[in-house]
Amino acid sequence: MSWASARTFRHGVHPGDFKELTRNLPVERVAFPDVLTLPLSQHLGAPSVPVVSPGDCVRRGQLIADSGGYVSSRLHAPCSGTVRSVGPAHHASGKLVDAITIDRDRASAQKLQAMRPGDWRTQSREEIVAQVAAGGFVGLGGAAFPTHVKLTPPEGKHARFFIVNAAECEPYLNSDYRILLERTDAVIEGIKVLLKALGSEKAFVGTEDNKADAATLLRERLPPDLPVEVLVFETKYPQGAEKMLIDAVLHREVPAGRLPIDAHVVVNNVGTVAGIGNMYLRGEPLIERVVTVTGPGIRDPRNLLVPVGTSLQHVIDHCGGIHPETRQILFGGPMMGQAQRFLDVPVMKGTSGILFLTDQEVVERQEYACIKCLRCVDACPVYLNPSRLGALAKSRLYEDMLDHHIMNCMECASCSFVCPSNIPLVQRFRVAKGLLKEQAARERAREVAT
Amino acid sequence: MSSTVNLLVTTSPFLKDRANTAWIMWQVTLSLVPVALLAAWYFGLGVLLIIAVTIAGAALPEWLQARMQAKPPVVSPLRDGSAVLTGLLLALTLPPGIPLWMAFLGGLVAVLIGKTVFGGIGANAFNPALVGRAFLQAAFPATLTTWRPAGGLSDLTTIPATLFSVPFLRSGVDGVTAATPLSQMKFGGELPEWIDLAKGAVPGSTGETGAILILLCGLYLVTRGILKWRIPVAIICTVWLAGTGLHALDPSYADGWFHLSAGGLMLGAWYMATDPVTSPMTQAGCWVFGVLIGLLVVVIRVFGGLPEGVMYAILFLNACTPLINRVTQPRTFGTRFKPGFTR
Repeated sequence: MSWASARTFRHGVHPGDFKELTRNLPVERVAFPDVLTLPLSQHLGAPSVPVVSPGDCVRRGQLIADSGGYVSSRLHAPCSGTVRSVGPAHHASGKLVDAITIDRDRASAQKLQAMRPGDWRTQSREEIVAQVAAGGFVGLGGAAFPTHVKLTPPEGKHARFFIVNAAECEPYLNSDYRILLERTDAVIEGIKVLLKALGSEKAFVGTEDNKADAATLLRERLPPDLPVEVLVFETKYPQGAEKMLIDAVLHREVPAGRLPIDAHVVVNNVGTVAGIGNMYLRGEPLIERVVTVTGPGIRDPRNLLVPVGTSLQHVIDHCGGIHPETRQILFGGPMMGQAQRFLDVPVMKGTSGILFLTDQEVVERQEYACIKCLRCVDACPVYLNPSRLGALAKSRLYEDMLDHHIMNCMECASCSFVCPSNIPLVQRFRVAKGLLKEQAARERAREVAT
Repeated sequence: MSSTVNLLVTTSPFLKDRANTAWIMWQVTLSLVPVALLAAWYFGLGVLLIIAVTIAGAALPEWLQARMQAKPPVVSPLRDGSAVLTGLLLALTLPPGIPLWMAFLGGLVAVLIGKTVFGGIGANAFNPALVGRAFLQAAFPATLTTWRPAGGLSDLTTIPATLFSVPFLRSGVDGVTAATPLSQMKFGGELPEWIDLAKGAVPGSTGETGAILILLCGLYLVTRGILKWRIPVAIICTVWLAGTGLHALDPSYADGWFHLSAGGLMLGAWYMATDPVTSPMTQAGCWVFGVLIGLLVVVIRVFGGLPEGVMYAILFLNACTPLINRVTQPRTFGTRFKPGFTR
């Protein structure tokens, strides 16, 4: 490669990428399922509010739920059909969450009822952001944070730089890679739109050297007058974590406890960028996404274009079924994904991959004593001391963990990955952070009351 | 549910690095095999006997502990290999003519006093192998400073009679004795060329001669991502700089290369100081730990009453480890700012 890998963030781990299973498989569209389940909470923030009732006919692309607040998102019908119900349904988080269920109209040609986003070249920044909100866009990398909120910096702050996150550092997953290769035009259109929406002086596309061919393709296709730089970093987890990517691209640390905008940056996943580009090119709101279906437990690994709301079972059927020794099904990658119990959970906006693991891949969980080997300290991308924090968490000394900066932990799981004693470090940190957040909220509420 | 599969629901991560505690311990043990073989080449096959007996002594408390615990451990502590490693490391620090019963006792004390009483693996404050060695040195000072010259192929199978001496009986013959390079430095005498030292054909403890080989074995562990590499790097740089500096001030002192290749420095730097449990848990702490060990080694060797200082230097710094940890906690990400970029 003529493009040397640029300097990246410090620490991190090398889990092996396991991407070969689906790396070279073009994205194919999955057949529309007969039933779609659209949870009203598939993004961070307030749940969406349904604007349809059971019995209503909906067309593909039609708005079915409006934002439930500023930090919220809209939902559109991923296929034409009839609303069957609005009520609790299985959710990938393991909870029951209100969802809109749509029976597909089997006679329909599933023609898109396109949005009319207009021409971004003549739109103001506020108008573009309003269009992004209207399209129901959220971060497609996994966290599903509403995009229009990111595109609206707080008063007095400005995104000098805009970074497209195409690192896809989770092993196994290839959805971002396939988007870079196959939807290059939409990616470039999206970059243009977002450069304008943010008023940024320069955009960067950050990816890893196992996707160098996609980076080369993108470089060739980028118009020369567009202020965009494509950077290829060492393949290392968690390269795709927002703060790590900003460190790699700009050599700048986002202040602890603050947002990228505090370092004058906004980061968006490449899938989100392509989706926004696609909205302006074809009028399509966020109703389907690329999902890598992979792992040793699925018969035919694929990269699929899946309508949001499609059930896990439907995806499995499309991919030839699962092997009998399959023991774990994950939404997301192996480092930060969520294990599923039910096969009727729907693919959501934030579902970047579905991973099928067999008995052989199930990790040992027998815990041994910490031997203080330093591997977790060497791995932690935010420079914490996971060993010390783990000991505090095990003793439930949660408040002492605050002194060791536990709230700066982003739960990337690198510490648990490297721990030779199988200590469930990140698992305990999640519990600790949850309890600490609850406690802080209670204290705030008490202060307000008095 | 439509599902017929029995799905296991756990939390991420669902990938693990292959290195677990046992793998690490066995890797370190494996990497010492060449060192043990070189020792057998120089000092005869009796070395292998010493190693076997020391390991047996080290394994005994672990085995007893597993038997006596009210709730037996899921995996026997022997399986993690740490007792075997402790025994092997201790054996490599013993003189090649040591009676076998002393070696056995040393292994026993190393694990029992050095580890088991603290609560087993991960809980001990001092390097168990060095605890065993310190015990032997205090209990049998004469035996522990009786050295044999390095031999070769001719006396490969000669096993010194001293090995089989019986406790509490004076052994009649003391065999051939020789002075180690460090005692020659301390108490006067012709210093050997450092290249001979580095190759290891000099009197000394079984496994501590052969600096080059130990260095290579240590580097192997670094490539496997096992070793706290900052510690040996810090020790070696410090010892070399201090030795060379002293030599420059007064050429009657031995130079840096001599200090690096003599005595237990290499074994100590790569295998003793890097014991994960008893060395610092922070990156900066490892540097501090290594530099202080290096300084202390040279100070003891040059100005102290003993010819060799590696063992005491490491044990002393083991005691300082909690303090070093305390003052070298890492700064967290996002607390260093480039001017003009914050807020």
